[in-house]
Amino acid sequence: MARIAKLEGVEPVKSIRTPARLEYHFTAGQATSRFLRGIAQKHIFGERCGENGKVYVPPRGSDPVLGRPTTEQVEVSQRGTVTSFCVVNVKFHGQAMDVPYVCALVLLDGADLPLMGLVQELPYGDVRMGLRVEAVWVDDADLKPTLESIRYFRPTGEPDAPYESYREHV
Amino acid sequence: MREVAVVSFAQSKHVRRLPDLNEVEMLMPVLGEVRDKIGITQDRIGFTCSGSTDYLAGQAFSFVMTLDGVGAWPPIVESHVEMDGAWALYEAWVKLQIGEIDTALVYSYGKSSPGSVRDVLTRQLDPYYVAPLWPDAVAMAALQARAAMDRDGATERDFAAVAARNRARAKSNPYAQVVGDFAVDKLLTDPYVVAPLRRHACPPISDGAAAVILAAGDVARELSDRPAWIRGIEHRIETHAFGARDLSRSPSTALAAERAGAKRDKIDVAELHAPFASQEIVLQHTLGLTDDTLINPSGGPLAANPVMAAGLIRIGEAAERIRRGDCDRALAHATSGHCLQQNLVCVLEGD
Repeated sequence: MARIAKLEGVEPVKSIRTPARLEYHFTAGQATSRFLRGIAQKHIFGERCGENGKVYVPPRGSDPVLGRPTTEQVEVSQRGTVTSFCVVNVKFHGQAMDVPYVCALVLLDGADLPLMGLVQELPYGDVRMGLRVEAVWVDDADLKPTLESIRYFRPTGEPDAPYESYREHV
Repeated sequence: MREVAVVSFAQSKHVRRLPDLNEVEMLMPVLGEVRDKIGITQDRIGFTCSGSTDYLAGQAFSFVMTLDGVGAWPPIVESHVEMDGAWALYEAWVKLQIGEIDTALVYSYGKSSPGSVRDVLTRQLDPYYVAPLWPDAVAMAALQARAAMDRDGATERDFAAVAARNRARAKSNPYAQVVGDFAVDKLLTDPYVVAPLRRHACPPISDGAAAVILAAGDVARELSDRPAWIRGIEHRIETHAFGARDLSRSPSTALAAERAGAKRDKIDVAELHAPFASQEIVLQHTLGLTDDTLINPSGGPLAANPVMAAGLIRIGEAAERIRRGDCDRALAHATSGHCLQQNLVCVLEGD
């Protein structure tokens, strides 16, 4: 292609930056709002599907299996069983925790869907599937409608749950 | 070509702002209704396809959340387009043409209220030359309105008449958002949003959802007493470069309409996805619609404009009129992008 003489030797543009920012007022939705209001009061509420009886925690207002609205709010236990976990060993930008730490799926007693949380107060190498744990909350003054109000889960000291008791939720 | 028909349609009541419900909660009743109307459950659906955009929701992979409202167990065959639901319907129609399935569920939804939709829509522009300038969606439509005025002598009074007619017709549409009798002279005292577009010539900002079920051949006849057969469907796109387009015409609509066979017979009803009053005039010229055709009996997008669903609703509204026996042949149009950049035309007929 023919070039413009006075632009000869000018440094080529290799990239441009076009910053974009959009702001949103996100709607949590009715079911999530009910759940988060409970969390701010140290209660964990799930929602039950009227057709198959399953209790979803955290609730999204629907039974994701049937695609039907959940019909009943039920409080679930603050104790549960680790159904799966991972040990985070890699640092990444914005990480709030020192590595290594354990991220786990906790099936609360009375729930049919595991909740994600941290497991602490025991060596990370001792965390295992079937471990019985309970929620540890932030101080009452710091309770807010966010899952960060549950600081982590810690062992209860109960015997491990048998695999059969949570095999449907792994 | 395999016979495929619209056999069910449902939509939400469109509103300026749904402050309590998230997208799944808004959509779930619509999905329930579209299946319940013809008495089928998700296990009878061969393919599910949705249309929506993360830019409206303000979160990544937002469409995955809405599967919670579908009932994806046992696992379903599913797809999504980051486009108006009319294009999701096109994908489902293609899938039905292949012949491996007999039914498809199509849905789309959009909550425009969480962000500033005028700004959100700038993100679909050319990222090097246009998007960094943030020309908002109304300004882009105003460029097109000016082109229509210069080319065809359209006037602001014409725009006001289009808005008044649509909103008067929307009085019989229980799902519409802006309805009523408006005097053209009064409308012409509205302030400009971006000249030459006054407030009434712009669409309302809407939160809403819609769903359609398609079925092929004898399955369609089993599910509906009067299926709305898709006799032709086609979509075409124009260049990103505004300077290279004639904004007073819509050649992509013209070509899509020709390929969809729109002119083979009289069109009783046309549902046009023209969010701005000026765009309806451009489309009327392009499609050569006369007084023999009833345009937007639903009130069109000037009465309710849930972005990403408003095009699918045009197909659903046209199909409903056929199903009810109000008409025999209808044209539904959907658009995407700025200034009618991409257009889909669907021709529907009753037996």
